Amino acid sequence: MPLVRGGKIIDDPFVYLADDAPIPADGAILVSGARLLQEAENLFAASRKVGVIWSNNRELAELVPYLDRLAAIALIFPTFRDGRAYTQARLLRERYHYRGELRATGQVLRDQFVFMLRAGFDTFAVRKESDAEAFADTIKRYSVFYQPTGDGRITALHRRMQLRNFEGARQ
Amino acid sequence: MYAYDEIDRTLVNERVAEFRDQVERRLSGELTEDEFKMLRLQNGVYLQLHAYMFRVAIPYGTLSSRQLRKLAHVARTYDRGYGHFTTRQNVQFNWIKLKDLPDALADLAEVGIHAMQTSGNNMRNVTSDQWAGVAPGEVEDPRIWSELLRQHTTLHPEFSFLPRKFKIAITASAHDRAAIKIHDIGLRLHKNDKGENGFEVLVGGGLGRTPFIAKTIKPFVHGRDILSYVEAILRVYNQYGRRDNIYKARIKILVHELGIEKFAGEVEDEWRQMRDGALNLDDEVIEDIRSRFSYPHYEKLPHMPEELRKAAHDPAFEAWRKNSTFAHKIQGYSIVTVSLKPVGGPPGDATADQMDALADLADRYSFGEIRVGHEQNLALPHVARRDLPALWRALDRIGFATPNVNLITDIIACPGLDYCSLANARSIPIAQELTRRFANHELANLIGRLHINISGCINACGHHHVGHIGILGVEKNDEEFYQVSIGGRADEDAELGQLIGPAVKFEEVADVVEDIVEAYLALRAAPDELFIDTVERLGVEPFRERVYATR
Amino acid sequence: MTSPLQQKIKVTGPSVVTANRTWDGAVIYRTAGKDWSTDLARAAIVRVADEARALLAESVADDLGAVGAYIAPVQVGNDGRIEPGNLREQIRRSGVTIGLPVQL
Repeated sequence: MPLVRGGKIIDDPFVYLADDAPIPADGAILVSGARLLQEAENLFAASRKVGVIWSNNRELAELVPYLDRLAAIALIFPTFRDGRAYTQARLLRERYHYRGELRATGQVLRDQFVFMLRAGFDTFAVRKESDAEAFADTIKRYSVFYQPTGDGRITALHRRMQLRNFEGARQ
Repeated sequence: MYAYDEIDRTLVNERVAEFRDQVERRLSGELTEDEFKMLRLQNGVYLQLHAYMFRVAIPYGTLSSRQLRKLAHVARTYDRGYGHFTTRQNVQFNWIKLKDLPDALADLAEVGIHAMQTSGNNMRNVTSDQWAGVAPGEVEDPRIWSELLRQHTTLHPEFSFLPRKFKIAITASAHDRAAIKIHDIGLRLHKNDKGENGFEVLVGGGLGRTPFIAKTIKPFVHGRDILSYVEAILRVYNQYGRRDNIYKARIKILVHELGIEKFAGEVEDEWRQMRDGALNLDDEVIEDIRSRFSYPHYEKLPHMPEELRKAAHDPAFEAWRKNSTFAHKIQGYSIVTVSLKPVGGPPGDATADQMDALADLADRYSFGEIRVGHEQNLALPHVARRDLPALWRALDRIGFATPNVNLITDIIACPGLDYCSLANARSIPIAQELTRRFANHELANLIGRLHINISGCINACGHHHVGHIGILGVEKNDEEFYQVSIGGRADEDAELGQLIGPAVKFEEVADVVEDIVEAYLALRAAPDELFIDTVERLGVEPFRERVYATR
Repeated sequence: MTSPLQQKIKVTGPSVVTANRTWDGAVIYRTAGKDWSTDLARAAIVRVADEARALLAESVADDLGAVGAYIAPVQVGNDGRIEPGNLREQIRRSGVTIGLPVQL
């Protein structure tokens, strides 16, 4: 499954660690939420990168104490029709100021890229090769946005204000 | 009218381009139907019994004559020459081809019309009072707020995949014409004791399998906070709304399961953390939206012009004037409801020719503006009273002057089994038969205000739960049966109707309604006691007795 | 949603597989020649659950050509004429039961 980051297909630096697998000596690992909560101190002990897969029904409050030590958080779209991870992503970015990698996993399809980017995802485990290849073009589909989100794009309401003030200044 | 600017137009065009690409990928096999279905739904495209159906949004029910002509053009060019106005200020075309849809959308985009989010599990068309901006005594034009909410909820990156669909309606009048209490969120614009505009927020209303009347979650939310408050509700719903069972996924179930107090607490917690953020509306932004609604330059006209005095001698004109024209906030003007309920016709349908003709009449008599109401009628919102006789004659020529607004033949009905893939039974033929039974205008007038609502299945698109008389089609052993309820209403005193007894056959429905009406005429305390008031006073029992005595 | 293939298949009499054509939405029926036709007379008739399941599986596999395939009852007359087995299918084949607002 291709991984897209910064608009490019990249190799996944993280290795998924099953709940019963021993912690390796080095290398970036991705663990389940349960394992993170159980043995956070062991996981973070060495200077390796640790990421977590956080399911839709786990409270973010439980994750918040670890945010500054996590290198990646993978949120899940069980199907593309299940939008809970959009809320989780926005809260992580906008309320808890998480700055590490935020990965979209599950049924990640082309037609959701723009929504995902706006919600704060920066890394995408894309289902189909053709969608991954189309990433850069797809995210250019829209130039107008009505809602303010953590991605900082200017909203239509505010762009209008700017235009109006600019025109006002010229007169 | 709200005027789109370059920014709004760009977004709509970008949406059309995206959908064109999606349709191409579907037709080339790159997208499976499973992947494509939600994408088409989010652009208003359903698959019905005979073909695709295309649902176009008419935000807060306001149309320009130019826009109405474009709807006529779509009906003529890509469909079979007619459209159907729905209970949610949408218009539907029944026979469109998938391959033509991107072109139809592009044509509509030229006049600032779109079909974004007219289906799918997202925020649907934000509806409002069809008399917004012209109703006497309204707090403020609710469309300003509808438009702010429309923009905010269009292609929302967090809420485009909610557990289920989500509908908002707004009213700013004491009499609720927008049916806000049967919406996921209902907003009633009013003033607080400081004279500031804000909203009573209601939540968890809805019909369908499990009907609920909405409950007040907060009595006053200041206008500047409305986007953040709605966002907080949506965020709680997106996280905790049920996704395991499609029939339990609407917000009304979450509100019911948690209880309104607990639900309100969750929303309040969320809102506290975001209310002072980027969604706070400053006055300048609200003013900008307000400034883009333009109003006609009304003339100073007498309330009782000579033309009207003369026409009063014509009983046919008077019959129409009495139930189709309504008080306007400006003296000398009327709001005219255009009945889409001809005797024997399908409720809410209009042909392309009728749409074009009405657009011309709007240009001539209503400053180029048309409104669409949830009762599946249209309205001309600014008609000079001196023009009423001429307008009436012109409407009559195109079949739009049936004098039955708010009477028993002004029936709300879903498309039913004639078109809809969800339906269990037909709705339109029931409506047609009822309009024939009560075609006599004197009889209908004697009966007075009486709303009949018909749905062809439990999804309740015909709002049968809130009809004064509600008719629900069900299927028993491959045969159409109909359950009849009475006592429902959709206004500020919204109530769910009560079943009067066992379901009856297709052929019996009109007889049952006649029996109910006869019982009412015999039971009413005075000629001005409305049907709904008699039912409230006496309950269902006397009607049940009358209907089932001989069955 | 349960996939149509996982749904319990109940066949109580002669049945066909019907769907809507992807590009225009027209009502179509699966033929014995592994193709689709807008003409009910050309539909493949199945009479037992196994046959129905096989015909449906083959129909659903054509995701590009057709949308929403399912099994529908029909009646077969002595002369071999195929008629829809219920009102819904009657309407799908013959159109709405009401007059359209425009003359076509």
